[in-house]
Amino acid sequence: MTTATLLSSLFVFVLASFVGFELINKVPPTLHTPLMSGANAISGIAVVGALLVSGEQNLNLTVILGLIAVVCATINVVGGFLVTDRMLQMFKKKEV
Amino acid sequence: MDSVLTNSIELSYLVAASLFILGLKKLGSPATARGGNQLAAVGMLIAVVATLLDQQVINYGMIAGGIVIGSVIGLVAAQKVEMTDMPQLVGLFNGLGGAASALVAIAEFWRLLSLGETLTLTTSLTIILGVLIGGITLTGSLVAFGKLQGILPGRPFVFPLQKVVNFAILGGFLVGSVYLAIAPDATNIFLALVGISLILGVLFVIPIGGGDMPVVISLLNSYSGLAASAAGFVVGNNMLIIAGALVGASGIILTQIMCKAMNRSITNVLFAGFGSDSDSGATSGAGNIEGTVKSVDAEESAMMLGYARSVVIIPGYGMAVAQAQHSVKELADMLEKQGVEVKYAIHPVAGRMPGHMNVLLAEANVPYTQLYDMDDINPQFDNTDVALVIGANDVVNPAARHDKGSPIYGMPILEVDKAKTTIVIKRSMNTGFSGVQNELFFGDKTMMLFGGAKEVVEKISAEIKEL
Repeated sequence: MTTATLLSSLFVFVLASFVGFELINKVPPTLHTPLMSGANAISGIAVVGALLVSGEQNLNLTVILGLIAVVCATINVVGGFLVTDRMLQMFKKKEV
Repeated sequence: MDSVLTNSIELSYLVAASLFILGLKKLGSPATARGGNQLAAVGMLIAVVATLLDQQVINYGMIAGGIVIGSVIGLVAAQKVEMTDMPQLVGLFNGLGGAASALVAIAEFWRLLSLGETLTLTTSLTIILGVLIGGITLTGSLVAFGKLQGILPGRPFVFPLQKVVNFAILGGFLVGSVYLAIAPDATNIFLALVGISLILGVLFVIPIGGGDMPVVISLLNSYSGLAASAAGFVVGNNMLIIAGALVGASGIILTQIMCKAMNRSITNVLFAGFGSDSDSGATSGAGNIEGTVKSVDAEESAMMLGYARSVVIIPGYGMAVAQAQHSVKELADMLEKQGVEVKYAIHPVAGRMPGHMNVLLAEANVPYTQLYDMDDINPQFDNTDVALVIGANDVVNPAARHDKGSPIYGMPILEVDKAKTTIVIKRSMNTGFSGVQNELFFGDKTMMLFGGAKEVVEKISAEIKEL
């Protein structure tokens, strides 16, 4: 990685953080848990990184570590989104 | 052709990142929250499919296996978990996210090393950062999980020279990092750094007690995002950096809200045991209070509740432990049938994670229009006939308003002592998380109703039926 790519990545990171702060401000307490677990599922985006490092055909240490990461991140993603949905479903059904 | 594919993948990432932002935005309002979560899930699907199209990725068989295993475990966990166990589950998921990010950084280190490439300074730095944040998130979350699940003791764990040991280990990490930056092929040093990261995560959470878990869980949530961002720096992928930063920011905001609700700074919560010596609130004296405790039985309580005009229910962690949310809802229904106006008062840090009580009451079908935040309900206690405290303690302790010597002084509380009568359902006179005795229990207008939340509430319901 060159310093130039590091810097442009840093730009992306800082700006996205500001977007995050703006988005989440003033969320009602009722939604704190779903927001947290939904955000938690999004942090499973590490699955993309895991796929990239485990992409090679031969089974070497990198690929093995990558595959373990794929499993961990997938649990995080699938479980996170589903449990959030389950919670929000409960919030929903009493509106009627 | 290649560049067309690469460009489409990048564009898909842009779409996915936008969906994450829209999804998080919609998660902020009750009416749109479910759609928001689904939008984010679609974004994730797009990101994963786009990545599989990457020509670097050809190991389809094994990857599919990994995804299937992960999906099945995630599916079962999400469906089987009791709502009372949500804090543990979120903690565990945080840990898995952190583990994945750390593994990505470690795997990338090995890949570059096996290719015989010399790691540049920036590459080494990003890998070290990825390992550090991911490792801390993993073991920190596992310790939090253990504390919440009751595998580990919930009280703060402190040992002599904790501060010195912690800083020595942190110093060791810094020295190792500098060494690795200069000599990137020192695999032993690299492995040592991995180990230290894992140890730091444990040391970071063990001194924090159960009642401070809402702060820890939201902070670890933030870390799991930052870990994903760090992994994004390592593999040079903007998608990871953006999604991770969004989660990191949202976690920090929740952490701030939780700290404000306890009137403590984040450093106080984290380092009361970790950094400074162990004189945090949790271990200080119980504080003697002169006075008598009046106790009532279920029958008398039923009379008071049934003939009241307005009742406010204050749930706490005790309700979650006893899984009493459904019984509470039944009691509220019965009171409403008697013409009593019922409201719920929710303290922001009641329970073990942000919004814990809201989720439990939602599970029991309590309409969220009946749930009131601290600022909305406090002015109403003057006109409340009965405040019914179920398994809450520190969040209703009036000492927070006036006793400067109390560890919880200054914490905003639910002012239940202003109600005409307060009934407190509690197992015993034991102190709450802060370790201080609650002067509310000794008040003139307070009645104690001893017993487990679920049995007692059911008994009251049965008595109200007889009225």
